[in-house]
Amino acid sequence: MRTTDQLHFASLSLTGARTRTLLMLLAMSVGVASVIILTALGEGARRYVVDEFAQLGTHLLIMLPGRSETTGGAPPLFGATPRDLTLADAQALLREPSIVKVAPLSVGNAPVSYGSREREVTVIGATADFFPIRHIRLGSGQPLPLIDPERTLNVAVIGAELRQELFGSQATLGKWIRINDRRFRVIGIISESGESLGQDLGDMAVIPVASAQALFNAPSLFRVLIQARSEGDIKRAERAARDIIRARHDGEDDVTIIAQDALLSTFDDILRALTFTVGGIGAISLAVAGILIMNIMLVAVSQRVSEIGLLKALGAPERRVLRLFLIESVLLAGAGALLGVLLSFLVILGLGHAFPSFPITAPLWAPLAAVGVALFTGLLFGVLPARRAARLDPVRALTGR
Amino acid sequence: MIELSDISRSFAVGDEVVHALDRVTLTIPDGDYVSVMGPSGSGKSTLLNALGLLDRPDDGSYRLNDVETTQLAEEHRAALRRDHIGFIFQAFHLIPRLSAADNIGLPMILAGIDPKERRTRIDEVLAALDLSERANHRPDQLSGGQRQRVAIGRAIVMRPDLLLADEPTGNLDQHAGGEVIALLEKLNASGITLIIVTHDPDIGSRANRRIRMVDGRIESDQTDAHD
Repeated sequence: MRTTDQLHFASLSLTGARTRTLLMLLAMSVGVASVIILTALGEGARRYVVDEFAQLGTHLLIMLPGRSETTGGAPPLFGATPRDLTLADAQALLREPSIVKVAPLSVGNAPVSYGSREREVTVIGATADFFPIRHIRLGSGQPLPLIDPERTLNVAVIGAELRQELFGSQATLGKWIRINDRRFRVIGIISESGESLGQDLGDMAVIPVASAQALFNAPSLFRVLIQARSEGDIKRAERAARDIIRARHDGEDDVTIIAQDALLSTFDDILRALTFTVGGIGAISLAVAGILIMNIMLVAVSQRVSEIGLLKALGAPERRVLRLFLIESVLLAGAGALLGVLLSFLVILGLGHAFPSFPITAPLWAPLAAVGVALFTGLLFGVLPARRAARLDPVRALTGR
Repeated sequence: MIELSDISRSFAVGDEVVHALDRVTLTIPDGDYVSVMGPSGSGKSTLLNALGLLDRPDDGSYRLNDVETTQLAEEHRAALRRDHIGFIFQAFHLIPRLSAADNIGLPMILAGIDPKERRTRIDEVLAALDLSERANHRPDQLSGGQRQRVAIGRAIVMRPDLLLADEPTGNLDQHAGGEVIALLEKLNASGITLIIVTHDPDIGSRANRRIRMVDGRIESDQTDAHD
């Protein structure tokens, strides 16, 4: 029997039992679609997190004053140590060749006002390097000038939202705003690049770090952002930074250093595992579809007993009958799988439109694996009905006994 | 040439063992026209199934065209059925989703014959059976007589040398039944061996060799003298 004839015969059997075939296709396509959509969601979550971390800066180490003990607990948010992390400490870090940029930060909340308008925002004391380290772009104006970090200077770079609140449609660059009781000249505006891990870049003001320390009367730094020269230098930079601070702090190891990339790769691993897990959960529905195929094919065999007897009488050996029924289940599974891929792409497209900020895309392997599993399921669960058909006694089959 | 010797076949029905064929010995030369009659349960259908290689006897020897068939593998028996034997059933057994032409072509599809060759042979058979007009009709669009003619077409499309008909007129009215018998006799006249199992004495008596079975044995075997 020719392959094309086998396919033709099997597809005629399927179109002959229309309702049954449609139901089967529905079950299979829902199974395949759920695998693809779930993995796409998982993959989307992974990319979302990776993108967020990338926005935060690359090859980044974050140094916090205070030491979390090995017994656990979250790193202290504010200095819980007798020794301050000072600007001089931060500057000292630059002596290490594997460290290319350092941004000491002093952070506080303060009312910012212009004329009669006032708004309480986060004020960040930083240096010029803060902008490139955190990948912050300016919409207009200048970043903080490259000055000695110990120097105060009454200039500010403000977020787009803050600008809107204070100035509305007025020109802003060069105007003097008031932060607490001091006056600062606006020299730059941060472009509207959205949020970065929950921190709204639009609603803040950045001023020179020494000015912020004076403003908040806080000699200790809140954080020091350290940028390593390259991916491979992160470990070395971390060790060196710790050594330098220990030497400056009378041999006391009193800072916490978080490696951004390590955090990122952990998240990446976790989310990848999550993607596989949800994909696996989706695969359960594929197995259910497979069992449905078996069920439907068993019904088909018992409904077509006399036809099977006839095929045998006309000279079809057992393995031919077996193959015809297997082809039928695989065709069923395959067509269902293709429909499922189509369905999932439509849903993903729809989700992409509904949530444009969430990067939902199915990884290439998902549809391939889903279709593969579907075909395999069709084959696997087709075997039992096909064998039952092949083993039918033609005499009994023809007489309906 | 069909040679049966001491063929036995028994079935277990509940606790009892029924001897459907009890040491049947029978020789049928090529081109013969045989009717097999007898009461229900006399073993005439079992005999037909054994002759058609659908059923395997428990004991005895069956030589078809000088091939001993009882020891053959199922695969080989299927090939013999395909190439040498045509079946005609009381219930027609047409595949409902296939057209008349496709039903007739089915054995050739199973045999893997080239589609072009299939087309010509189907057309020949349709013409010979006066069914050319109905080629694209499905079985449910055909009358009983037409359905049985399609089934006969399917039985002869592989050019067998043996036709086995099990109550071929059982589901037909008098007129359609007469036509079907006439068609079968015409095929027999062209040289095909024809064996008909029937209840109907009118049909059974038309054959030039008449076998009567009772309890799995041949009770009588009459042959008209050839002219």
